Amino acid sequence: MRDAFVRALMEEMAANDRIILMTGDLGFGVLQPLWDHYPDRIINAGIAEQSMVGMAAGLAATGKIVFVYSIGNFPTLRPLEQIRNDCAYPGANVKIVCVGGGFVYGSLGMSHHATEDMAIMRALPGVTCFAPGDPAEAEATTHAAVRTNGTCYLRLGRGNEPKVHEGPVTDWHLPAPLTIREGSQIALLSSGGILTQTAEAARMLEKRGISAEVVSFPCFKPMDQFAVKELSERFGILLTVEEHNVTGGFGSAICEIVAELGNGCRVYRVGLHDLYTAVVGNQQYLREVYGMDAESIADRAEALLHEKRTDA
Amino acid sequence: MENYEGLVHRGFSAAPDVQDPAVLAWLIRRNGLEMSRISRGSHIGSVFSVAEIIAVLYTGILHVDPANPQMPDRDRLILSKGHAGSAVYAALAETGFFPVEELKHHYANGSILSGHVSHKGIPGVEISTGSLGHGLSIGAGMAMGARMNGEDWRTWVVLGDGECDEGSVWEAALQAAQFKLDRLVAVVDYNHMQSLFTVEKTLQLEPFESKWRDFGWNAESVDGHDVRALRAAFERAMDNAGSGKPSVVLAHTVKGKGVSFMENNILWHYRTPQGEEYEAALKELEAQRP
Repeated sequence: MRDAFVRALMEEMAANDRIILMTGDLGFGVLQPLWDHYPDRIINAGIAEQSMVGMAAGLAATGKIVFVYSIGNFPTLRPLEQIRNDCAYPGANVKIVCVGGGFVYGSLGMSHHATEDMAIMRALPGVTCFAPGDPAEAEATTHAAVRTNGTCYLRLGRGNEPKVHEGPVTDWHLPAPLTIREGSQIALLSSGGILTQTAEAARMLEKRGISAEVVSFPCFKPMDQFAVKELSERFGILLTVEEHNVTGGFGSAICEIVAELGNGCRVYRVGLHDLYTAVVGNQQYLREVYGMDAESIADRAEALLHEKRTDA
Repeated sequence: MENYEGLVHRGFSAAPDVQDPAVLAWLIRRNGLEMSRISRGSHIGSVFSVAEIIAVLYTGILHVDPANPQMPDRDRLILSKGHAGSAVYAALAETGFFPVEELKHHYANGSILSGHVSHKGIPGVEISTGSLGHGLSIGAGMAMGARMNGEDWRTWVVLGDGECDEGSVWEAALQAAQFKLDRLVAVVDYNHMQSLFTVEKTLQLEPFESKWRDFGWNAESVDGHDVRALRAAFERAMDNAGSGKPSVVLAHTVKGKGVSFMENNILWHYRTPQGEEYEAALKELEAQRP
């Protein structure tokens, strides 16, 4: 997704000289094409995220569209108040980019696990939040962030993720979710890089004779209320998947909508259940440990369907 | 909400000498006293300490136009110590950005004039502040944006001394120097008092001037209540454009300046003058009417 983001941003920068990028001293190699082409429009702000975001707000006040790039929690939790007061409140055209949503930097330890960022960024009024599920969605959401006036959050995965979409995502208008696979018994709703696991879970379920629909939400704020309503009515049982704490995150956002509908739809949230990680390992290992790998998702979906039948 | 009775400055508002910094500084204090009394709001000590700084900026230093507050080539002022917002509100009102009458709504329910300075709906305010340690970064971004756009307006940031406890101020200080933002000027209202104790008893800033210099800034100290000295220091800071360094003016001030019983008294970071205290403060200010 990193490379897809850089590719999309290159295109946007070529077309619009108001776009600049600030980095908090990260992006070795990844940002090189941007440095090569637009050395005057890339600013290394140093390891100083708070002031970097404040500067981004000031630059935005002079007409710039400012992408702020860092990894993990560094561009969100560290400068949170600058995002709230200096960017979101005045509606500054600042686009906060996190590389490494979830367990991307698994082996680096808990400090590098971005597992509360969706909840926290979603809680800020005026911030449009994107969590693309694969490189094609990363490109589409990068373009969308440029076109969306005001402050945005773009939560990316890592580099070299497998593709979920066959080709580019075209004709997408936020906040619409994208149907990856149609199904009839349960809907698996996914936001962010965990989409690969969600899609794989649906394939596993098919082998077990269960038809699961997979829907990706590259935009988790605002939420497409009508799409969620339709899914809740059609399935009556939804499983949300996020590489993130379930408190306040993507699953919570779905629950908020479904609870207010009051249509009896059941929602189960796959994600970290109010935990910090206590072990180290690569991304896939941690997904397995914390029950959000494809098999765990499939098992959970199957168990939910079983419970539903038993209840009936 | 009481009426804005004794609307003191009415005779002054239309006076041409509002462009005299000493007159404007007095009007800031006089309005500040009324706003504090009516709103029962705090921070009058800070408003009084920053009065001359703001007054000098709005009388010939800042390139701004009350008739055209969004003028593209205007200078930008950020009051990073947002709690002294009523000083900026008073200066803006008295110099014609909005009617002086509006000041009586400070702190009131439904008002746009919040206790900490806000840009929402107030002509002449660039950005809202209130949480300390934000303004210098924003100012650095504005200065960088102006340079990228080939524009030659300046960015001014007024900081508190206590505010300089915040690490983000020093992040911004490093960045402004690194990026050679020589059309950025910081002014520190150095009243030596913060929220609970003196600066010296809290987090010592001295040697303050050399600290800034070591961070790569032009720095000088000045009597922050001497309007001529302030003006000269600000002009020297403006002349530093081209030096490749941002500039800071450390304006030595007295918290609560202008009312004897408020001066250097931490109580007046919070207290609002009512009754006899108000009358006594009014009497002292009236005696200083320029």
